[in-house]
Amino acid sequence: MPSQSLLSPPEWDALRLSLEVALRSVLFSLPFAVLLAWLLTRGRFPGRSLLDAFVHLPLVLPPVAVGYVLLLLFGNRGPLGGWLHERLGIQLAFTTAGAALATAVMAFPLMVRSIRLSLESIDRGLEQAARTLGAGPLDRFCTITLPLMSPGVIAGAVTAFAAGLGEFGAVITFAANVPGQTRTIPLALYTAIQSPTGDARALRLAVLSFMLGLLGLLLAELLARHARRKLGR
Amino acid sequence: MLKLDVLKRRGTFTLHARFEAPTPGVVALFGRSGSGKTSTIDLVAGLLTPDEGRIELDGTVLEDTRTRTRIPPERRRVGYVFQDSRLFPHLSVLANLQYGQKRAGDALQPIGFERVITMLGLEGFLQRRPHELSGGERQRVSLGRALLSQPRLLLLDEPLASLDAARREEVLPYLELLRDNLSIPMIYVSHQFDEVLRLATHVVLMDSGAVVAQGTLNEVSLLPELRSLVGSEAVGAVVDGRVTGMDTGRGMAELQVGRGVLHVSVRQTPPGTRVRVHLLARDIILGTEVPKGLSVRNVLEGTVVGITADDQETMLVKVDVGGPAVLSRVTREAAEELELHESMRIWVLVKAVSTRGHAFRLSAISAGS
Repeated sequence: MPSQSLLSPPEWDALRLSLEVALRSVLFSLPFAVLLAWLLTRGRFPGRSLLDAFVHLPLVLPPVAVGYVLLLLFGNRGPLGGWLHERLGIQLAFTTAGAALATAVMAFPLMVRSIRLSLESIDRGLEQAARTLGAGPLDRFCTITLPLMSPGVIAGAVTAFAAGLGEFGAVITFAANVPGQTRTIPLALYTAIQSPTGDARALRLAVLSFMLGLLGLLLAELLARHARRKLGR
Repeated sequence: MLKLDVLKRRGTFTLHARFEAPTPGVVALFGRSGSGKTSTIDLVAGLLTPDEGRIELDGTVLEDTRTRTRIPPERRRVGYVFQDSRLFPHLSVLANLQYGQKRAGDALQPIGFERVITMLGLEGFLQRRPHELSGGERQRVSLGRALLSQPRLLLLDEPLASLDAARREEVLPYLELLRDNLSIPMIYVSHQFDEVLRLATHVVLMDSGAVVAQGTLNEVSLLPELRSLVGSEAVGAVVDGRVTGMDTGRGMAELQVGRGVLHVSVRQTPPGTRVRVHLLARDIILGTEVPKGLSVRNVLEGTVVGITADDQETMLVKVDVGGPAVLSRVTREAAEELELHESMRIWVLVKAVSTRGHAFRLSAISAGS
């Protein structure tokens, strides 16, 4: 590969890991984000404001604090992590899956926000029309609501993916900085900066981050535009 | 028969809708904006829940708050054509049309896809998206979509209100076609009297959340309550008659109305056709003797059954012409001079020309009046 001259094997690892972690985090959190966006938009229940605030917490908390809370909960001796480890043999702390979880939690508010905006803009009259045509609740959701909110879902997923590529604080706290396991681009960048001989590496990784982020945002806009055009807006 | 007696409170507004409508038939819910027409059909569709009351359609209880019976909208098989069409923007016209059809289950006498497409002239744009259609086309698709869901009752909420005059004229004939060719009962919400005239068999008059009158078009057209809704100039009896003869050369049809015959100006109406004429009260002349030597083509003999004050200068005289009644607007002076009083014999004169533009074909094939 000609590009091998551009990046060293550890840097390739970091790129591959970043993509994997971001992708897994999006796939894992998307159904929950849709559900929560639905609850927060359409639900009428006590404690809705509290739930709303809770979902948005990662936006305002120090990422390190989020990682620490995750460590307390999902660490091998934590209440949830212990159960997962003993019963299912799943270890999250200090693994790639753990990095994906930390990333998912951090990007979750972004995703919910985007989905929620598109859900709020849906004309409820269309759902009523579907109802008079014989569609029950789940049927309506799958055939009318979900397709109509798809621009927001896509935009939310891509934005969360792009943001997930760069998640640092929560990942390093919860999943540590294990080469080939949890050392994503930002962690590799941090490591390079710490090293006295890492200037060139740091620069390459910074440029890589920059390009990935730009690409992700452009892609989000493009997909959203395509989806809107399909809906005739 | 659709039987409705429901109460719904919304803030300070109370809707009490109570009427019975024959099925099949086209019932017009007529009244000002904000009189509760749309809320009434929303209750029938189940999109609103009544605070109290009962809705029954052809023996099936759709809603009864006393027995806590409620069939959800998706299982009522009540079609709804919305004012703003509400086509699904992410689906093609074809998929929109099939949406209800796929979920219709087994209807006794299903309305076929081909038939609906042909009747509404939708062949040309099945593959298009809703946003590529004109307003009139959208409403036609919306009609087709509702029909294909095999409804037992079709609700139409001012389906022409969002269209300009030309588009309205484009869609109206399709509605007439549906009325004449399908036996689906319809409730037609409107605040345009000309639509009611052309489409309805019965009228329910609504005002500030209550039903103020109901009956056949002839009955309701004679009511003083109608005046404020249609305007003073449009006051006049609506009579339905059967064509007994046709003078194609002159474009005149002979219409049997009550005991008499009216010559009206209406196109293409073979004998047997039912025709509706709006006889404007201002165009009706009264005579106390058999008229002679007049150019007027139409003379009906009748009996005065009511005289009411109209405005400062005029009176409205109701005349029974042997079945339906007609209204004539006369000045107070004329009423005094002719010594008009109830149960007197009178001759009603109608200029055939005055019916031009006020006569409508009701159906090609007659099936009782």
